[in-house]
Amino acid sequence: MGDVTADLAQDLTDEEVDRIFQALADRTRRDIVRRTMREDASVSALAHRYDMSFAAVQKHVAVLERAGLVTKQRRGREQLVRSNPTTIHRAQQLLDQLESMWRNRLDRLGNLLDTPTGSESP
Amino acid sequence: MTVTDVRKDPAALTMEIVSEFDAPIERVWQLVADPRQLERWWGPPTHPATFTDFDLTPGGRVSYFMTGPDGERYHGWWRVRVVSPPDVLEVQDGFADGDGEPNPDLPVNVMRIEFASIGASTRMAIRSTFPTLEAMEQTLAMGAEEGMRAALGQIDDLLAA
Repeated sequence: MGDVTADLAQDLTDEEVDRIFQALADRTRRDIVRRTMREDASVSALAHRYDMSFAAVQKHVAVLERAGLVTKQRRGREQLVRSNPTTIHRAQQLLDQLESMWRNRLDRLGNLLDTPTGSESP
Repeated sequence: MTVTDVRKDPAALTMEIVSEFDAPIERVWQLVADPRQLERWWGPPTHPATFTDFDLTPGGRVSYFMTGPDGERYHGWWRVRVVSPPDVLEVQDGFADGDGEPNPDLPVNVMRIEFASIGASTRMAIRSTFPTLEAMEQTLAMGAEEGMRAALGQIDDLLAA
């Protein structure tokens, strides 16, 4: 747990870290972050998905934008919300995912070691 | 299992994770060196691993695939660079096409696993090195959902505390 926050904090000011955690302290905003990490989404599509007013979603996006987690781009009539890490932030995100993957893997390895196995051969 | 250290370098694209197990080194090594045991923990429940070729000798080849919930198969391979039981295994780790043939267009990562005895316990250090951001993206693409959920879940826990 401390690893995630320690790594996040390495290149960011206290204010930036505060903004990120405040941005993520809302489940709709967390969902917007997850969604846009997979693919861009328009504000109107998000409003439809969350059954929320356009203005309400815009407010959430503004908080995320201020935290540097997403950008908003006008594309024709739509406002497109995109995940916005810089390369380093993206690398940090990926490394966090890699860490999670390995933690789960090592948990499974540990569970196998804890189970008495009849197949244990010298 | 206890994770004792994690080091991540987003500029160098490396990650090291160190864990300790309450088991002797030979037993932990076997869980890597025996493909039937490796299959039981390598992949997540959503994407179990199957190892087909398994030659843990210098220059040796390992072939495997992960099976997704829809039956889709993701093929990969290892080429062994260093192996010294029960202390170290270092492999190149790459993607392959459906026939298990290495895909020359896709990047190759390096994974090094080192074991050490600490009394009756075993320390296992895994170091992963990626050549590019895209390489890491591709490696994680399959487990991205799980990893993302887990990572954000940790943040959730932190925020809920």
